[in-house]
Amino acid sequence: MSALVIAGREFRSRLLLGTGGFTRLETLGEAIAASETEMVTVALRRIDPAMQGSLVSVLEEHRVDVLPNTAGCFTARDAVRTAKLAREAFETDWVKLEVIGDERTLLPDSVELLVAAEELVDAGFHVLPYTTDDPILARRLEDVGCAAVMPLGSPIGSGQGIANPANITLIVEQAGVPVILDAGVGTASDATIAMELGCDAVLCATAISRAADPVAMAHAVRHAISAGVLARGAGRIPRRTYAQASTPLEGMAEFSG
Amino acid sequence: MIYVNGEPREASSGLTVADVLAQMDLPDPQQRGIAVALDDEVVPRGEWASTTVPDEARVEVVHAVQGG
Repeated sequence: MSALVIAGREFRSRLLLGTGGFTRLETLGEAIAASETEMVTVALRRIDPAMQGSLVSVLEEHRVDVLPNTAGCFTARDAVRTAKLAREAFETDWVKLEVIGDERTLLPDSVELLVAAEELVDAGFHVLPYTTDDPILARRLEDVGCAAVMPLGSPIGSGQGIANPANITLIVEQAGVPVILDAGVGTASDATIAMELGCDAVLCATAISRAADPVAMAHAVRHAISAGVLARGAGRIPRRTYAQASTPLEGMAEFSG
Repeated sequence: MIYVNGEPREASSGLTVADVLAQMDLPDPQQRGIAVALDDEVVPRGEWASTTVPDEARVEVVHAVQGG
């Protein structure tokens, strides 16, 4: 598989790591190292003097790129404003665009998402939109100039894996930009499946940060993605209804009685 | 009176964005990873010292937190 290129930047790693959910900054640092990720997401919130520790220091120490997100935004207007604040805070044009439609499911609001994506692309951002597994929406996001499309496997933090592999396949087939599976990964095998379906990368947060052993899971997901890439390249066998013998029938010994 | 992250603050005339930040207990003395919005418009870092905060203005000071 050739190198992953998003918005002109080359990546060796096909795992993007979310920083949400780690209870300790030290664990986050160890997970970053174990995952070998090169880009992590962060959110933007009001400064709270009571907060201890420096997330920015951990990220700088591990030399990972920052991908700010617009988490918590329910309207295009708020998402655009948050993205512009993030651009200023981190001196990056990259943004993971989240515009949420429902607090329980955290599913994207497709209408607001498309409006925000177009406005941010026009403002010079490299937009990576967190979207549904609807191939039509994915195509429209690409058409307005998004640098990638990031379809969910299942709701954020739900650990259900890839609910609709057929749709992910459709998105992969039509996409002219990288497809990054984002949300719903529950364990390493989900990441393997994403790559076997043809995704270019996986963004994983909760599966790692809230695992019983986040560092071990970061290792696992990294290897899982490698396995998926290799398997995809190896050309899997088709699914059959009936058996196809793997042992020839000819030449069997005959026994009397 | 101005509003900083939703909290009302007394403000003298001529108060700048930089002054507002100086009054906050910022965890990072270098003020990395911070952004400021004044009445919904981003104030670039280079303009913090030269941008005055008018009466009744809303200032939002945000930084990176774990997320996503």
